Amino acid sequence: MTTTGTAAATREALGPTLVRLYQEGLDIVVVDADLGVSTTAREFGARYPERFFTVGVAEQNMVSLAAGLAAAGKIAFASTFAVFMPGRCFDQIRMSVAQPGLNVKLVASHGGFTTGEDGASAQAIEDLALVCALPGFHVVVPADVVEAAQAIEAAARTPGPFYIRTGRPKVPVVYDESYRFQLGKAHVIRPGTDLTILASGVMVYQALRAADLLAAEGVQARVVNVATLRPFDADAVEAAARETGAILTVEEHQAHGALSSLAAQAAAERFPVPMRFLGLDRYGESGKWDELLDHFGFSPPAIAAAARELLARK
Amino acid sequence: MRRHIVTMTAAANSGHPGGSLSCVEILVALYFRVMRHNPRDPAWPDRDRFIMSKGHASPAQYAVLAEAGYLPAEELPTFRRLGSRLQGHVTAGKTPGVEMSAGSLGMGLSYGIGQALAARLDGRDYRTYVLLGDGELDEGQVWEAAMAAAYHKVDTLTAIVDRNGIQNDGFVKDILDTEPLAEKWRAFGWHVLEVDGHNLAAVIEALEAARRVTGRPTVIIARTVKGKGVSFMENNPAFHGKAPTPEQLEQALQELA
Repeated sequence: MTTTGTAAATREALGPTLVRLYQEGLDIVVVDADLGVSTTAREFGARYPERFFTVGVAEQNMVSLAAGLAAAGKIAFASTFAVFMPGRCFDQIRMSVAQPGLNVKLVASHGGFTTGEDGASAQAIEDLALVCALPGFHVVVPADVVEAAQAIEAAARTPGPFYIRTGRPKVPVVYDESYRFQLGKAHVIRPGTDLTILASGVMVYQALRAADLLAAEGVQARVVNVATLRPFDADAVEAAARETGAILTVEEHQAHGALSSLAAQAAAERFPVPMRFLGLDRYGESGKWDELLDHFGFSPPAIAAAARELLARK
Repeated sequence: MRRHIVTMTAAANSGHPGGSLSCVEILVALYFRVMRHNPRDPAWPDRDRFIMSKGHASPAQYAVLAEAGYLPAEELPTFRRLGSRLQGHVTAGKTPGVEMSAGSLGMGLSYGIGQALAARLDGRDYRTYVLLGDGELDEGQVWEAAMAAAYHKVDTLTAIVDRNGIQNDGFVKDILDTEPLAEKWRAFGWHVLEVDGHNLAAVIEALEAARRVTGRPTVIIARTVKGKGVSFMENNPAFHGKAPTPEQLEQALQELA
């Protein structure tokens, strides 16, 4: 169950999945802040315009309006780019959605620095820390389009607030259709006993390639896709710590506030082992998404090198 | 109502009496004359919605809910105490009859649009009322929502502005003057009514008139006096967020007798 050889953007899952779920009888409505073509939410709006509400470039209004729809019984989706949501409307997410625990599903595309050429202003590397700080919020970072579709369905079918981060570029698809996403459960995508690489989003594929490089040297790295950040699968981290003795985290985000911090907290409480955290602790810049992965130190050789340094501390 | 408000805030030794006293007639008109609601079934799907966007006016909200039968009046003195259903700012899920959590300003109009659009989709005929403060109108989100409500022709939505002229730090005109207010709402596509917010009959008449407007939302700009009914609180910015002392409470209750 590794790469299928095809490429797709995780954002491509949103529109078709919403259409399918509505056709299956879910009471879905969508609020859109003028980026519905990019997030693919417009595909739902094209089919069901009476259930698709445009508010213009107004993320604060979008989120509180979605909360009002949810309070009246709707499964309310809101989508825009991850820099604008939570960035532009964090107070609305906190007050209108998180505190009352409403059934609002925020799907933020263009997460992370692989947004690419638009540069630092469009590259969300703080969004996950913000939403992970909200009590009761579900936070999911799908690894590929297959997982994204299933995560969106899980969000629609599970009461309560969600943040799902999708990405702009077409990235390798790592799962085939036999994969079953489980909310709140990390997925061991490659077995291994020498160390564990915890990864999320596009970094799952990068970690798998790094594990290939390590395997060629006789190092068996376990690769775990931690798609759900909240609620966090502390059991998977404890198992990784006990069974492999070292943990490397890799994410398209600052190396604090999301996967790194959650994993460190879980390991510290349950079974401390040497750890290392790969993230971006500065702002990004313009470039092609795959160039940026290399530039910022997330190429398979760079991840493998970090793994070797970590192994030396075991 | 006003006796409840000053008594609750004095008992809590905190809270916001000024902006609670200014909106009393508006709440009385809504809960006792205009809205379709059932205190025995606060979650009735066809109820008219009242959204207190100026969440610090919680004493007024709790007082009217008690008078309408959602709460026992004996519960009002628990306001702001640990374990109370009567939180410092209105909080959904804590208090029967409270529709939305507020306290960070500017969100209620957006939330009200969502409620009203859901009614349209579901074929329900309930109406949605949102009470805004005039200081609250500084928040950009209010105007995002104002544009969206007009664009989506949400004619089952009525906003009421408690135009008491005072915000946290002083007089609205000295902090961020929002006049000419009626023209602003008109330019945003709303039907605008202006009333004396302490004239109960006039407030009721405006709310009834709003029901007959089609194709666009209505805003009622209610000219009010902050601290209305208590001489030393009236038009006094100090009582935006300050409770009366025991001596001041005694005087206030005498004046309100």
